[in-house]
Amino acid sequence: MEKGQKPDRKLNRRDFIAGMAVTLAAAGAGAAALSPLIRAEEIPPLEDVLQKHYQRLTPEEKKAIFARLEKRILATHGVQATIRDPQPLENAHFAYALNIGRCIGCRKCVYACMKENNLSRDPQIQYIRVLKMKKQGHGIDLESAVHDYPQEEAGDKNYYYMPVQCQQCENPPCVKVCPVKATWREEDGIVVIDYNWCIGCRYCQAACPYHARRFNFAKPRVPGAELNPNMGYLSNRPRFMGVMEKCTFCLHRTRTGRYPACLEVCPTGARKFGDMSDPDSEIRRIVDKERVYVLKQDLGTVPRFYYVFAK
Amino acid sequence: MIAFILHGFRSVFQGSRAYWVWFTVLLALALVGLNAYARQLAHGLGSTGMGDEVSWGLYIANFAFLVGMAAAAVMMVIPAYIFKDKEMHKVVIFSELFAVAAMIMCMLFIFVDLGRPDRIHHMVPKIGYFNWPGSLLTWDVIVLNGYLILNLYVCAYFLYESFHGRRPKPILYIPVVFLAIAWAPTIHTVTAFLFQGLGGRPFWNTGLIAPRFLASAFAAGPAFMILVFTVLERLGAISIESTVIRRIRVIVTVSLLINIFLAGSELFAEFYAESAHTVHISHLFGLHGISLLAPWIWASLAMNILAAVILLSPARNNPIALIVACIMIVVGIWIEKGLGFVVPGFIPSTLGDFVQYIPSANEIIICIGIWAFGLLVYTIFLKGSLPIVNQQNTP
Repeated sequence: MEKGQKPDRKLNRRDFIAGMAVTLAAAGAGAAALSPLIRAEEIPPLEDVLQKHYQRLTPEEKKAIFARLEKRILATHGVQATIRDPQPLENAHFAYALNIGRCIGCRKCVYACMKENNLSRDPQIQYIRVLKMKKQGHGIDLESAVHDYPQEEAGDKNYYYMPVQCQQCENPPCVKVCPVKATWREEDGIVVIDYNWCIGCRYCQAACPYHARRFNFAKPRVPGAELNPNMGYLSNRPRFMGVMEKCTFCLHRTRTGRYPACLEVCPTGARKFGDMSDPDSEIRRIVDKERVYVLKQDLGTVPRFYYVFAK
Repeated sequence: MIAFILHGFRSVFQGSRAYWVWFTVLLALALVGLNAYARQLAHGLGSTGMGDEVSWGLYIANFAFLVGMAAAAVMMVIPAYIFKDKEMHKVVIFSELFAVAAMIMCMLFIFVDLGRPDRIHHMVPKIGYFNWPGSLLTWDVIVLNGYLILNLYVCAYFLYESFHGRRPKPILYIPVVFLAIAWAPTIHTVTAFLFQGLGGRPFWNTGLIAPRFLASAFAAGPAFMILVFTVLERLGAISIESTVIRRIRVIVTVSLLINIFLAGSELFAEFYAESAHTVHISHLFGLHGISLLAPWIWASLAMNILAAVILLSPARNNPIALIVACIMIVVGIWIEKGLGFVVPGFIPSTLGDFVQYIPSANEIIICIGIWAFGLLVYTIFLKGSLPIVNQQNTP
């Protein structure tokens, strides 16, 4: 120590012992404070922590990961699931059209989606939100819409019912803001999430203008008996606690030539889905010929989800 | 080097009874907060009051507030280094140390907000997948860490040299001080851009957010430092010229008036045009549906205006009135940033759903724990540096 540089007084034994006692007590109390971790609902295995971003995985690595996940699902749910990773179809560009003139607000799509996509039942997560709006009112006015109408209020002639789900924007704000590129837009226009890469900051949820993203605030629970064993890695495989998820147009179905679950279940035919790049497709005809509109067009997000007013 | 650290240790472990009570209380609160965080880790963010509608709450609110507090440290540094204010120079180190403590709190608030803190390494360039320059969050990671390092360096170098009875070499730290001065507004600007860049959130999507953030920070930060200096002086730890307090008071007054002006300008644009944006702000003020936020924002507004009145009247020369004004500014702006800015951006939701946010007890305990930890860190910094700084200042 330099000369003339002294602490206020010499450190005496009493202070030193007191200091050490405080330090030890603090360490002990720190350990005690961390004790709730013993009951942690989800502890990530080391292989998950080390796993790379989806787009950086080799085919072999993917295969090993899928097998690992299938084994884990068998252990947790008692179900032999198959995880596939269907790639975007060549030149395909998916779009969705929904006829508000026909929708009766029965919410069959909401629950079919939940079943198909293995959405958590407790707490319940739903990708589709049906808004109920007065016909004689402000038109499409979100602030006056009812979100939680009881089921017996469906089918009222005085109301419009407008289901909203991920709009699969061409210019998705959620993708732009993700700090770790855990979410991106695929070739066929579907915005996906790598559930193993998301850090759970929820910035995408703040950025989304359509309330399309859902966060696993708790450990998602799906009873084994209700688990859909036909899984896509980027869509309906079981999710983790603390990560984001969203509608993927059921890509494990639609990339293999099937319709999304919400469309199949719709009793009124209000829902249409298809490939815009196919000039003969029904979706192309609707978008070209019918009066369609997109939600919040002024934001420049360019949704691939069209609303139609038709008979 | 070892002597320097040992000296710090000794200094921290010596103190009056009041010091130890303060130290123990903060430590205990920090540990209770850690315990609450362990519970959150075990059971998920569902243990907070947040949900899919209001998906950011007290954590991000405190983060936004503390970024401002950290940035505001420069408001002391500028007079000290650019205008060569000698008296200010004696105490500027304490506000730089606070900037470091505030930065640590900021990072903790972000950390506890993450759903998957075990994947934090995904944010590290190369190892992870750093979405720069696309995501403003990655800009924030850069500027916050940069600001922390700059201030840590200045404080450590200055104290280390002073400890050895040497005069710090200007060439080795003055350029860094100037860099930190230029850097400070960026941390708060980037944090404001994080919000105002979101087109889907009309309440945040206005160009006034960054200027408002800066103005409010430059009022709250120096007001907090007035409180710190007053406490330190009462404790006999430092002797401070009244000119320093007066100068800081001028900074606080001007910033507060600008802040009130900007807020008023925003309110005018929203309410006069009656545009679609207005629903957030009228809900915030309790004019559209039942709002849990309304009492808070009204209280915040009242505190800001009352404080401005005190600072503009002769009452400002009364130390008690000044302290009251400073407390009102810090509390008022804390409310303005959190319950008046972060939360109302989510109410109503983007689909027009009015879902209220009530933070859970666990969430509040975590916030208190982080604050206690931050103040504990600051206390330790002060305790370790005070003898060195006082030594330096006695001729």
